[in-house]
Amino acid sequence: MLATSGVLASGLLLPGRLAAAEGGELPAGAAASAVLDALPGKRPLIKRTFRPPNYETPVAQFRHEFTPNDAFYVRWHMGVPDLRLAEWRLRVAGPAAKSPREFTYTELLRSFRMQEVAAVNQCSGNRRGLFAPHVPGVQWGYGAMGNAVWRGVRLKDVLEEAGIAASALEVGADGADLPTLTGPDFVKSLPLWKALDADTLIAFEMNGELLSRWNGFPARLVVPGWTATYWVKALTELRVLDRPFDGFWMKTAYRVPMNLFGPSSFESQDTDHNSPITAIRVNSLFVDPAPGATLEVGKQHEILGIAWDGGAGVRRVEWSLDGGANWREATLGRDLGRYAWRQWRFQFKPALAGMHTLLARAQSRDGSMQSEVLIQNPAGYHHNVVQRVDYHAA
Amino acid sequence: MLRELATRWLLAGLLSACPAIANGADETGIVLAEGESRDRVLAMCSMCHSLDYIVINSPFLDRTAWDKTVRKMVTVMDAPLTEEDVAMIVNYLASHYGGD
Repeated sequence: MLATSGVLASGLLLPGRLAAAEGGELPAGAAASAVLDALPGKRPLIKRTFRPPNYETPVAQFRHEFTPNDAFYVRWHMGVPDLRLAEWRLRVAGPAAKSPREFTYTELLRSFRMQEVAAVNQCSGNRRGLFAPHVPGVQWGYGAMGNAVWRGVRLKDVLEEAGIAASALEVGADGADLPTLTGPDFVKSLPLWKALDADTLIAFEMNGELLSRWNGFPARLVVPGWTATYWVKALTELRVLDRPFDGFWMKTAYRVPMNLFGPSSFESQDTDHNSPITAIRVNSLFVDPAPGATLEVGKQHEILGIAWDGGAGVRRVEWSLDGGANWREATLGRDLGRYAWRQWRFQFKPALAGMHTLLARAQSRDGSMQSEVLIQNPAGYHHNVVQRVDYHAA
Repeated sequence: MLRELATRWLLAGLLSACPAIANGADETGIVLAEGESRDRVLAMCSMCHSLDYIVINSPFLDRTAWDKTVRKMVTVMDAPLTEEDVAMIVNYLASHYGGD
Protein backbone atom coordinates (compact mmCIF):
# COMPACT_ATOMS: atom_id res chain seq x y z
CA MET A 1 0.00 0.00 0.00
CA LEU A 2 2.69 2.34 0.99
CA ALA A 3 4.57 1.94 -2.21
CA THR A 4 2.56 4.89 -3.44
CA SER A 5 3.46 7.09 -0.52
CA GLY A 6 7.02 5.87 -0.74
CA VAL A 7 7.42 7.00 -4.31
CA LEU A 8 5.84 10.34 -3.79
CA ALA A 9 6.85 11.14 -0.28
CA SER A 10 10.36 11.66 -1.54
CA GLY A 11 9.27 15.06 -2.77
CA LEU A 12 8.53 13.93 -6.27
CA LEU A 13 5.05 15.26 -6.56
CA LEU A 14 4.97 18.39 -8.61
CA PRO A 15 2.77 21.06 -7.07
CA GLY A 16 5.06 22.03 -4.20
CA ARG A 17 8.02 22.27 -6.50
CA LEU A 18 6.10 24.28 -9.04
CA ALA A 19 4.73 26.64 -6.52
CA ALA A 20 8.25 27.51 -5.53
CA ALA A 21 8.72 29.04 -8.94
CA GLU A 22 6.29 31.82 -8.16
CA GLY A 23 7.12 32.47 -4.58
CA GLY A 24 4.41 30.43 -2.88
CA GLU A 25 5.25 26.95 -1.76
CA LEU A 26 3.14 24.21 -0.19
CA PRO A 27 3.91 23.49 3.45
CA ALA A 28 6.58 20.78 3.61
CA GLY A 29 4.13 18.40 5.28
CA ALA A 30 1.58 18.91 2.53
CA ALA A 31 4.13 18.32 -0.20
CA ALA A 32 5.37 15.18 1.52
CA SER A 33 1.99 13.62 2.24
CA ALA A 34 0.48 14.16 -1.22
CA VAL A 35 0.12 10.99 -3.25
CA LEU A 36 -1.49 10.20 -6.55
CA ASP A 37 -4.41 7.99 -5.65
CA ALA A 38 -7.54 6.96 -7.53
CA LEU A 39 -10.90 6.95 -5.80
CA PRO A 40 -13.33 4.40 -7.31
CA GLY A 41 -14.35 5.70 -10.73
CA LYS A 42 -11.72 8.44 -10.71
CA ARG A 43 -8.32 8.52 -12.32
CA PRO A 44 -5.35 9.20 -10.03
CA LEU A 45 -5.72 12.59 -8.42
CA ILE A 46 -3.53 14.37 -5.91
CA LYS A 47 -4.65 13.20 -2.48
CA ARG A 48 -4.61 15.95 0.10
CA THR A 49 -6.64 14.11 2.76
CA PHE A 50 -8.16 10.63 2.78
CA ARG A 51 -11.06 11.19 5.20
CA PRO A 52 -13.04 13.16 4.41
CA PRO A 53 -11.72 12.81 0.86
CA ASN A 54 -10.07 15.88 -0.57
CA TYR A 55 -8.42 15.21 -3.92
CA GLU A 56 -7.04 17.71 -6.34
CA THR A 57 -6.89 17.63 -10.16
CA PRO A 58 -3.38 17.54 -11.66
CA VAL A 59 -2.86 20.72 -13.67
CA ALA A 60 -2.07 18.75 -16.85
CA GLN A 61 -5.77 17.81 -16.95
CA PHE A 62 -6.67 21.45 -17.47
CA ARG A 63 -5.50 21.21 -21.08
CA HIS A 64 -9.04 20.03 -21.86
CA GLU A 65 -11.66 22.71 -22.43
CA PHE A 66 -13.89 20.80 -20.06
CA THR A 67 -12.42 18.81 -17.22
CA PRO A 68 -13.08 15.09 -17.63
CA ASN A 69 -15.44 13.86 -14.92
CA ASP A 70 -12.99 11.22 -13.77
CA ALA A 71 -10.35 13.91 -13.30
CA PHE A 72 -12.60 16.41 -11.54
CA TYR A 73 -11.47 17.35 -8.05
CA VAL A 74 -13.21 16.02 -4.95
CA ARG A 75 -13.91 18.03 -1.82
CA TRP A 76 -15.99 16.99 1.20
CA HIS A 77 -16.28 18.33 4.72
CA MET A 78 -17.88 15.15 5.99
CA GLY A 79 -18.63 11.57 5.03
CA VAL A 80 -19.64 11.08 1.40
CA PRO A 81 -23.28 9.99 1.06
CA ASP A 82 -24.11 6.93 -0.98
CA LEU A 83 -27.61 7.69 -2.20
CA ARG A 84 -30.05 5.57 -4.21
CA LEU A 85 -32.05 7.38 -6.85
CA ALA A 86 -35.25 5.48 -6.08
CA GLU A 87 -35.22 6.59 -2.46
CA TRP A 88 -33.87 10.08 -2.98
CA ARG A 89 -36.22 13.03 -2.42
CA LEU A 90 -35.76 16.77 -2.68
CA ARG A 91 -37.75 18.65 -0.06
CA VAL A 92 -38.59 22.30 -0.58
CA ALA A 93 -39.84 23.94 2.56
CA GLY A 94 -38.96 26.69 5.04
CA PRO A 95 -40.80 29.57 6.71
CA ALA A 96 -41.03 31.54 3.46
CA ALA A 97 -42.23 28.65 1.26
CA LYS A 98 -45.97 28.98 0.81
CA SER A 99 -46.65 25.37 -0.12
CA PRO A 100 -43.82 23.03 0.84
CA ARG A 101 -43.18 20.27 -1.66
CA GLU A 102 -41.25 17.07 -2.02
CA PHE A 103 -40.01 15.81 -5.37
CA THR A 104 -38.69 12.50 -6.60
CA TYR A 105 -36.01 12.51 -9.27
CA THR A 106 -38.55 11.58 -11.93
CA GLU A 107 -40.93 14.31 -10.84
CA LEU A 108 -38.21 16.92 -11.15
CA LEU A 109 -37.33 15.73 -14.64
CA ARG A 110 -40.97 15.70 -15.72
CA SER A 111 -42.04 18.95 -14.13
CA PHE A 112 -39.27 21.31 -15.11
CA ARG A 113 -37.41 22.31 -18.22
CA MET A 114 -33.79 21.15 -18.39
CA GLN A 115 -31.13 23.84 -18.69
CA GLU A 116 -27.41 23.79 -19.26
CA VAL A 117 -24.65 26.08 -18.15
CA ALA A 118 -20.90 25.86 -18.68
CA ALA A 119 -19.19 27.01 -15.52
CA VAL A 120 -16.00 26.83 -13.54
CA ASN A 121 -16.40 25.17 -10.16
CA GLN A 122 -13.61 26.42 -7.92
CA CYS A 123 -13.13 25.66 -4.25
CA SER A 124 -12.91 28.81 -2.13
CA GLY A 125 -9.58 27.56 -0.81
CA ASN A 126 -8.00 26.73 -4.15
CA ARG A 127 -4.27 27.63 -3.87
CA ARG A 128 -4.53 28.02 -0.08
CA GLY A 129 -1.37 25.92 0.23
CA LEU A 130 0.57 28.64 -1.60
CA PHE A 131 -0.19 31.33 0.97
CA ALA A 132 2.85 32.84 2.64
CA PRO A 133 2.67 32.78 5.57
CA HIS A 134 0.63 29.57 5.53
CA VAL A 135 -2.86 29.43 6.96
CA PRO A 136 -4.52 26.30 8.33
CA GLY A 137 -6.95 24.28 6.22
CA VAL A 138 -6.73 21.83 3.36
CA GLN A 139 -3.46 22.76 1.68
CA TRP A 140 -4.63 22.96 -1.93
CA GLY A 141 -2.32 23.66 -4.84
CA TYR A 142 -3.73 24.80 -8.20
CA GLY A 143 -6.17 22.00 -8.85
CA ALA A 144 -9.19 22.46 -6.58
CA MET A 145 -11.18 23.52 -9.60
CA GLY A 146 -12.62 22.33 -12.88
CA ASN A 147 -14.73 23.44 -15.82
CA ALA A 148 -17.86 21.52 -16.83
CA VAL A 149 -21.19 21.73 -18.59
CA TRP A 150 -23.80 21.32 -15.89
CA ARG A 151 -27.31 20.17 -16.73
CA GLY A 152 -30.40 20.22 -14.60
CA VAL A 153 -33.41 22.28 -13.68
CA ARG A 154 -33.51 25.89 -12.62
CA LEU A 155 -33.50 26.40 -8.88
CA LYS A 156 -35.89 29.29 -9.51
CA ASP A 157 -38.49 27.06 -11.18
CA VAL A 158 -38.44 24.56 -8.33
CA LEU A 159 -38.68 27.25 -5.65
CA GLU A 160 -41.57 28.93 -7.44
CA GLU A 161 -43.43 25.64 -7.47
CA ALA A 162 -43.28 25.76 -3.67
CA GLY A 163 -44.41 29.38 -3.65
CA ILE A 164 -41.99 32.08 -2.55
CA ALA A 165 -43.47 34.34 0.11
CA ALA A 166 -42.83 38.09 0.00
CA SER A 167 -40.82 37.73 3.19
CA ALA A 168 -38.22 35.46 1.52
CA LEU A 169 -34.64 36.61 2.10
CA GLU A 170 -32.33 33.62 1.58
CA VAL A 171 -32.55 30.04 0.33
CA GLY A 172 -30.85 27.40 2.46
CA ALA A 173 -29.47 24.22 0.91
CA ASP A 174 -28.62 21.00 2.73
CA GLY A 175 -27.05 17.82 1.42
CA ALA A 176 -27.16 14.27 2.74
CA ASP A 177 -23.66 14.51 4.22
CA LEU A 178 -23.60 14.40 8.00
CA PRO A 179 -20.94 15.19 10.59
CA THR A 180 -19.23 12.26 12.32
CA LEU A 181 -20.23 13.53 15.76
CA THR A 182 -22.84 16.11 16.58
CA GLY A 183 -21.01 19.08 15.03
CA PRO A 184 -22.65 21.47 12.59
CA ASP A 185 -24.21 19.97 9.49
CA PHE A 186 -22.91 21.41 6.23
CA VAL A 187 -25.73 23.76 5.22
CA LYS A 188 -25.32 26.85 3.04
CA SER A 189 -27.58 29.67 2.00
CA LEU A 190 -27.86 31.96 -1.01
CA PRO A 191 -29.34 35.42 -1.18
CA LEU A 192 -32.73 35.25 -2.87
CA TRP A 193 -31.49 37.17 -5.94
CA LYS A 194 -28.77 34.60 -6.63
CA ALA A 195 -31.11 31.67 -5.97
CA LEU A 196 -33.52 33.13 -8.54
CA ASP A 197 -30.82 33.77 -11.15
CA ALA A 198 -31.72 31.93 -14.35
CA ASP A 199 -28.26 30.30 -14.41
CA THR A 200 -28.46 28.84 -10.90
CA LEU A 201 -29.36 25.18 -11.29
CA ILE A 202 -30.14 21.98 -9.47
CA ALA A 203 -27.87 19.86 -11.66
CA PHE A 204 -28.05 16.13 -12.25
CA GLU A 205 -25.38 15.87 -14.90
CA MET A 206 -21.94 17.15 -15.66
CA ASN A 207 -20.39 16.87 -19.10
CA GLY A 208 -23.24 14.68 -20.29
CA GLU A 209 -23.07 12.06 -17.54
CA LEU A 210 -24.88 11.66 -14.26
CA LEU A 211 -22.98 13.20 -11.37
CA SER A 212 -20.67 10.76 -9.66
CA ARG A 213 -21.03 10.17 -5.95
CA TRP A 214 -17.79 12.12 -5.48
CA ASN A 215 -19.21 15.15 -7.21
CA GLY A 216 -22.67 15.16 -5.66
CA PHE A 217 -24.91 12.38 -7.03
CA PRO A 218 -27.78 12.59 -7.62
CA ALA A 219 -28.18 16.37 -7.54
CA ARG A 220 -26.16 19.41 -6.59
CA LEU A 221 -26.54 23.12 -6.73
CA VAL A 222 -24.71 24.91 -9.51
CA VAL A 223 -24.11 28.53 -8.62
CA PRO A 224 -22.18 29.92 -11.58
CA GLY A 225 -19.63 32.58 -10.80
CA TRP A 226 -19.57 31.85 -7.07
CA THR A 227 -17.07 29.65 -5.27
CA ALA A 228 -17.92 26.00 -4.85
CA THR A 229 -18.87 26.19 -1.18
CA TYR A 230 -22.37 27.11 -2.36
CA TRP A 231 -22.62 24.26 -4.85
CA VAL A 232 -24.14 21.91 -2.25
CA LYS A 233 -23.70 18.25 -3.22
CA ALA A 234 -26.03 15.30 -2.65
CA LEU A 235 -28.73 17.92 -2.25
CA THR A 236 -31.76 16.83 -0.20
CA GLU A 237 -33.41 19.96 1.12
CA LEU A 238 -34.05 23.55 0.16
CA ARG A 239 -35.45 26.01 2.66
CA VAL A 240 -36.87 29.38 1.73
CA LEU A 241 -35.88 31.56 4.67
CA ASP A 242 -37.21 34.85 5.96
CA ARG A 243 -34.12 35.65 8.04
CA PRO A 244 -30.37 35.21 7.62
CA PHE A 245 -29.33 31.60 8.01
CA ASP A 246 -27.00 31.36 11.01
CA GLY A 247 -25.38 27.93 10.71
CA PHE A 248 -21.65 27.62 11.31
CA TRP A 249 -20.79 27.21 7.64
CA MET A 250 -22.39 30.56 6.87
CA LYS A 251 -21.90 32.75 9.89
CA THR A 252 -18.38 31.64 10.88
CA ALA A 253 -16.74 29.75 8.05
CA TYR A 254 -16.18 30.86 4.46
CA ARG A 255 -15.79 34.53 5.34
CA VAL A 256 -13.54 37.28 4.08
CA PRO A 257 -12.71 40.57 5.81
CA MET A 258 -15.24 43.27 4.95
CA ASN A 259 -14.40 45.13 1.73
CA LEU A 260 -11.00 43.48 1.34
CA PHE A 261 -12.14 42.04 -1.98
CA GLY A 262 -14.65 44.75 -2.89
CA PRO A 263 -18.22 45.30 -1.77
CA SER A 264 -20.27 42.42 -0.44
CA SER A 265 -22.81 40.77 -2.71
CA PHE A 266 -24.53 39.01 0.18
CA GLU A 267 -25.63 41.83 2.50
CA SER A 268 -28.00 39.80 4.66
CA GLN A 269 -24.98 37.80 5.85
CA ASP A 270 -22.63 40.71 6.49
CA THR A 271 -21.33 41.50 9.95
CA ASP A 272 -19.44 44.62 11.04
CA HIS A 273 -16.16 43.09 10.02
CA ASN A 274 -16.68 40.36 7.45
CA SER A 275 -18.79 39.01 4.57
CA PRO A 276 -19.30 35.60 3.04
CA ILE A 277 -16.94 34.76 0.22
CA THR A 278 -18.99 34.94 -3.00
CA ALA A 279 -17.80 35.55 -6.57
CA ILE A 280 -14.65 34.01 -8.03
CA ARG A 281 -11.88 36.55 -8.68
CA VAL A 282 -10.28 36.87 -12.09
CA ASN A 283 -7.45 34.39 -12.43
CA SER A 284 -5.26 32.48 -14.87
CA LEU A 285 -3.02 29.45 -14.93
CA PHE A 286 -0.21 28.06 -17.09
CA VAL A 287 -1.11 24.54 -18.18
CA ASP A 288 1.07 23.19 -20.97
CA PRO A 289 3.97 22.62 -21.25
CA ALA A 290 4.08 21.92 -17.52
CA PRO A 291 5.84 24.73 -15.72
CA GLY A 292 9.35 23.56 -14.98
CA ALA A 293 9.53 21.65 -18.27
CA THR A 294 12.58 21.75 -20.51
CA LEU A 295 12.04 23.39 -23.90
CA GLU A 296 14.25 23.13 -26.93
CA VAL A 297 16.30 26.26 -27.57
CA GLY A 298 15.53 28.12 -30.77
CA LYS A 299 12.30 26.26 -31.35
CA GLN A 300 8.83 27.75 -31.31
CA HIS A 301 6.72 26.43 -28.43
CA GLU A 302 3.04 26.94 -27.94
CA ILE A 303 2.24 27.80 -24.33
CA LEU A 304 -1.32 26.95 -23.26
CA GLY A 305 -3.17 28.27 -20.26
CA ILE A 306 -6.64 29.07 -18.96
CA ALA A 307 -8.28 32.19 -17.53
CA TRP A 308 -11.59 32.68 -15.75
CA ASP A 309 -13.50 35.01 -13.47
CA GLY A 310 -16.81 35.32 -11.66
CA GLY A 311 -18.98 35.59 -14.76
CA ALA A 312 -18.21 38.89 -16.48
CA GLY A 313 -15.97 36.93 -18.84
CA VAL A 314 -12.29 37.22 -19.69
CA ARG A 315 -11.38 40.35 -21.62
CA ARG A 316 -7.70 39.65 -22.24
CA VAL A 317 -4.71 37.68 -21.13
CA GLU A 318 -1.22 39.13 -21.36
CA TRP A 319 2.17 37.53 -20.89
CA SER A 320 5.59 38.84 -20.04
CA LEU A 321 9.13 37.63 -20.54
CA ASP A 322 10.83 40.31 -18.52
CA GLY A 323 9.28 40.09 -15.09
CA GLY A 324 6.31 42.26 -15.97
CA ALA A 325 8.01 45.29 -17.54
CA ASN A 326 6.47 44.59 -20.94
CA TRP A 327 3.32 42.66 -21.75
CA ARG A 328 2.02 41.08 -24.94
CA GLU A 329 -1.41 39.80 -25.61
CA ALA A 330 -2.08 36.08 -25.73
CA THR A 331 -4.64 34.66 -28.17
CA LEU A 332 -7.90 33.70 -26.51
CA GLY A 333 -9.53 30.38 -27.36
CA ARG A 334 -13.20 30.05 -28.09
CA ASP A 335 -15.74 31.49 -25.71
CA LEU A 336 -17.39 28.59 -23.86
CA GLY A 337 -19.74 30.85 -21.93
CA ARG A 338 -19.21 33.67 -19.49
CA TYR A 339 -18.94 31.43 -16.45
CA ALA A 340 -16.58 28.96 -18.12
CA TRP A 341 -12.86 29.34 -18.32
CA ARG A 342 -11.21 30.37 -21.55
CA GLN A 343 -8.09 28.90 -23.01
CA TRP A 344 -5.24 31.17 -24.09
CA ARG A 345 -2.13 30.54 -26.11
CA PHE A 346 1.04 32.26 -27.15
CA GLN A 347 4.17 31.30 -29.03
CA PHE A 348 7.42 31.29 -27.14
CA LYS A 349 10.84 30.76 -28.72
CA PRO A 350 13.64 30.65 -26.14
CA ALA A 351 16.67 32.13 -27.89
CA LEU A 352 19.15 31.23 -25.18
CA ALA A 353 19.75 28.19 -23.03
CA GLY A 354 18.95 28.53 -19.35
CA MET A 355 15.98 29.43 -17.26
CA HIS A 356 13.18 31.63 -18.57
CA THR A 357 10.62 33.09 -16.21
CA LEU A 358 7.25 33.81 -17.77
CA LEU A 359 4.29 35.66 -16.33
CA ALA A 360 0.66 35.67 -17.41
CA ARG A 361 -2.17 37.84 -16.16
CA ALA A 362 -5.85 37.98 -16.98
CA GLN A 363 -8.23 40.90 -17.04
CA SER A 364 -11.97 40.52 -16.64
CA ARG A 365 -14.56 42.34 -18.72
CA ASP A 366 -15.54 44.02 -15.46
CA GLY A 367 -12.12 45.72 -15.53
CA SER A 368 -10.60 43.78 -12.64
CA MET A 369 -7.11 42.33 -12.94
CA GLN A 370 -5.28 39.60 -11.12
CA SER A 371 -3.47 40.70 -8.01
CA GLU A 372 0.28 41.34 -8.16
CA VAL A 373 0.72 40.53 -4.50
CA LEU A 374 -1.02 38.08 -2.23
CA ILE A 375 -3.97 39.56 -0.37
CA GLN A 376 -3.67 37.90 3.02
CA ASN A 377 -6.86 36.79 4.72
CA PRO A 378 -7.34 34.40 7.62
CA ALA A 379 -8.89 31.49 5.75
CA GLY A 380 -6.66 31.64 2.67
CA TYR A 381 -9.23 32.51 0.02
CA HIS A 382 -9.08 34.24 -3.37
CA HIS A 383 -5.46 33.51 -4.25
CA ASN A 384 -5.22 35.10 -7.68
CA VAL A 385 -1.66 36.35 -7.70
CA VAL A 386 -0.14 36.73 -11.18
CA GLN A 387 1.60 33.42 -11.85
CA ARG A 388 5.31 33.31 -12.54
CA VAL A 389 6.66 30.09 -14.02
CA ASP A 390 10.05 28.83 -15.07
CA TYR A 391 10.85 26.95 -18.25
CA HIS A 392 14.31 25.62 -18.88
CA ALA A 393 15.70 25.99 -22.36
CA ALA A 394 18.31 23.46 -23.41
CA MET B 1 21.56 21.22 -11.63
CA LEU B 2 21.51 18.63 -14.35
CA ARG B 3 20.01 16.12 -12.01
CA GLU B 4 17.47 18.68 -10.96
CA LEU B 5 16.57 19.32 -14.59
CA ALA B 6 16.35 15.66 -15.35
CA THR B 7 14.06 15.13 -12.39
CA ARG B 8 11.76 17.93 -13.40
CA TRP B 9 11.67 16.75 -16.93
CA LEU B 10 10.97 13.20 -15.94
CA LEU B 11 8.22 14.35 -13.63
CA ALA B 12 6.59 16.53 -16.20
CA GLY B 13 6.53 13.53 -18.50
CA LEU B 14 5.16 11.26 -15.85
CA LEU B 15 2.37 13.55 -14.85
CA SER B 16 1.29 14.53 -18.30
CA ALA B 17 1.06 10.88 -19.19
CA CYS B 18 -1.06 10.29 -16.08
CA PRO B 19 0.93 7.37 -14.75
CA ALA B 20 -0.81 4.29 -13.49
CA ILE B 21 0.67 4.75 -10.08
CA ALA B 22 -0.36 1.99 -7.70
CA ASN B 23 -3.56 2.91 -5.98
CA GLY B 24 -5.08 1.60 -2.83
CA ALA B 25 -3.06 3.81 -0.53
CA ASP B 26 -5.23 4.56 2.45
CA GLU B 27 -5.12 6.35 5.75
CA THR B 28 -3.90 3.30 7.65
CA GLY B 29 -0.52 3.87 6.02
CA ILE B 30 -0.06 7.31 7.55
CA VAL B 31 2.71 7.19 10.12
CA LEU B 32 3.08 10.05 12.56
CA ALA B 33 6.09 10.97 14.63
CA GLU B 34 6.94 8.96 17.73
CA GLY B 35 6.33 10.92 20.86
CA GLU B 36 4.68 11.17 24.21
CA SER B 37 1.04 10.02 24.18
CA ARG B 38 1.15 9.61 20.43
CA ASP B 39 -1.23 6.67 20.22
CA ARG B 40 -3.82 8.24 22.48
CA VAL B 41 -3.61 11.52 20.60
CA LEU B 42 -3.97 9.85 17.24
CA ALA B 43 -6.88 7.73 18.39
CA MET B 44 -8.76 10.87 19.35
CA CYS B 45 -7.98 12.81 16.18
CA SER B 46 -8.80 9.91 13.93
CA MET B 47 -12.30 9.51 15.34
CA CYS B 48 -13.36 12.14 12.82
CA HIS B 49 -10.65 12.58 10.22
CA SER B 50 -7.58 10.98 8.70
CA LEU B 51 -4.28 11.97 10.22
CA ASP B 52 -2.94 13.57 7.05
CA TYR B 53 -4.84 16.68 8.23
CA ILE B 54 -2.08 17.04 10.82
CA VAL B 55 0.77 16.45 8.42
CA ILE B 56 -0.41 18.83 5.70
CA ASN B 57 -0.80 21.62 8.24
CA SER B 58 2.82 21.40 9.24
CA PRO B 59 5.26 22.70 10.10
CA PHE B 60 3.87 26.20 10.33
CA LEU B 61 1.42 26.27 13.25
CA ASP B 62 2.94 27.26 16.57
CA ARG B 63 1.62 26.10 19.94
CA THR B 64 -0.97 28.88 20.09
CA ALA B 65 -2.24 28.09 16.60
CA TRP B 66 -2.43 24.34 17.31
CA ASP B 67 -4.28 25.13 20.53
CA LYS B 68 -6.78 27.21 18.56
CA THR B 69 -7.21 24.43 16.01
CA VAL B 70 -7.78 21.71 18.61
CA ARG B 71 -10.22 23.88 20.55
CA LYS B 72 -12.19 24.43 17.36
CA MET B 73 -12.63 20.64 17.21
CA VAL B 74 -14.22 20.82 20.65
CA THR B 75 -16.25 24.02 20.49
CA VAL B 76 -17.39 23.75 16.86
CA MET B 77 -17.17 20.09 15.92
CA ASP B 78 -18.23 18.73 19.32
CA ALA B 79 -15.21 16.47 19.76
CA PRO B 80 -15.64 14.86 23.20
CA LEU B 81 -12.28 15.96 24.61
CA THR B 82 -11.49 16.96 28.18
CA GLU B 83 -9.13 19.83 29.05
CA GLU B 84 -6.46 17.21 29.75
CA ASP B 85 -7.02 15.65 26.34
CA VAL B 86 -6.71 19.05 24.68
CA ALA B 87 -3.47 19.79 26.53
CA MET B 88 -2.03 16.39 25.61
CA ILE B 89 -2.96 16.75 21.93
CA VAL B 90 -1.66 20.31 21.68
CA ASN B 91 1.56 19.28 23.34
CA TYR B 92 2.10 16.42 20.92
CA LEU B 93 1.26 18.53 17.86
CA ALA B 94 3.33 21.53 18.91
CA SER B 95 6.28 19.28 19.71
CA HIS B 96 6.26 17.25 16.53
CA TYR B 97 4.31 19.27 13.97
CA GLY B 98 4.94 22.79 15.21
CA GLY B 99 6.49 25.70 13.39
CA ASP B 100 6.53 29.43 13.63
